[in-house]
Amino acid sequence: MSQPEMPLEQTGPTEQPEEAQAPQPQIVQTTVIEEQTIVETPSAREPRDAANWAQVVTALRVSELPVGAVNLNVNGRQVVGPLQGFGKMWQKTYWVRLSGAKVTPTEVIQTWKEQFPNFWPKGNRFFKPLTGIKPGEVATLSLNVGGMQLSTGVLVLYADDESFALMTPQGHILAGWITFSAYEEDGATVAKVQLLIRANDPLYEIGLRLGGHRQEDRFWIHTLTALAAYFGVNGIIHHRQECVDPRLQWSQAGNIWQNAAVRTTIYSVLAPVRWVRRLAGAKRTNA
Amino acid sequence: MPQANVKMTVRRITPAVSIIDIQGDVSAFAENVLMDAYTEANTPTTRVFILNFSGLEYMNSSGIGLLVTLLIRINRQKQRLLAYGLSEHYRRIFELTRLNEAIGIYDDEAAALHAAGA
Repeated sequence: MSQPEMPLEQTGPTEQPEEAQAPQPQIVQTTVIEEQTIVETPSAREPRDAANWAQVVTALRVSELPVGAVNLNVNGRQVVGPLQGFGKMWQKTYWVRLSGAKVTPTEVIQTWKEQFPNFWPKGNRFFKPLTGIKPGEVATLSLNVGGMQLSTGVLVLYADDESFALMTPQGHILAGWITFSAYEEDGATVAKVQLLIRANDPLYEIGLRLGGHRQEDRFWIHTLTALAAYFGVNGIIHHRQECVDPRLQWSQAGNIWQNAAVRTTIYSVLAPVRWVRRLAGAKRTNA
Repeated sequence: MPQANVKMTVRRITPAVSIIDIQGDVSAFAENVLMDAYTEANTPTTRVFILNFSGLEYMNSSGIGLLVTLLIRINRQKQRLLAYGLSEHYRRIFELTRLNEAIGIYDDEAAALHAAGA
């Protein structure tokens, strides 16, 4: 997909996302119906989001592998939230107004789910689960990180008609989740990516500081540019970021043993050894 | 912009402990309401905040993100965050997102207050 040059608005680290600044009525009063008293325990009600969340998983498991995907650094890994990673915690928000496009938030999210890999920059592959982006599904990824390939995955943590979220596993560059959403604002649909993340281990933290954050910015700016272009919009990509927690979590430094970049490199280096072993095994079988 | 469909009220139980009762939806649009409640609940003597989720009707991944940022803010002030009133469904979400490893979760208000030392 062609990528038109887009002006980029970057703002300082202390600003809040746009939605936090917009004036809005925020309190909805509870309505009391006559004198009827309804006693409910917390667990007695079925919440509206019940079907939107993944089930609790102790370890990820790829059910069916799409063609071309590598199941490396995914099976058996636990998901990790922003509280479990090592580096500084960041909240990064990227958004684009789809001005002029007659498209609803639901249609944007439906398209985004269906075409998700097509909006990614070249050299990075997202192997969508065969059943699509649905809660609990696991996708495998092949990422280009500074010219190096990195195999990992993500869990579809949450999905509804107007948003979905991906949560990362052990070994991924980032610990946390990325939420993709769309909503209406001032007569236009806005598409948004929001990350709440920290580097998973010390090696990744160094990498992020030495250009990784800029590469990540380019990644999501490209994605939103491509999404907007799909709807015929030459939109301005906005970007805000806030350092939520500047502390490093040294208790999580041991995450480095799961580092998917290191493991993918070792896997690639040992490819000839595996090939020779397979060949020798085949010869023994034939003999 | 969708409206925030949530109401939060603050109860100061002791000088050190405040409870925030949450009624409605916790999503990205609840950010201002949650931060206003936190500001109201936070006094120079407050050491423990307790979130009462008994009235929680809906929460998405952005809502969980709000709780993470609130938790970090509270921890940086050397304060604690506890919770009670979570249904089985939301307890599972806390487990899934591993928020339960950082926020003490209790069955009811009495247990949460006991843990808070109130």
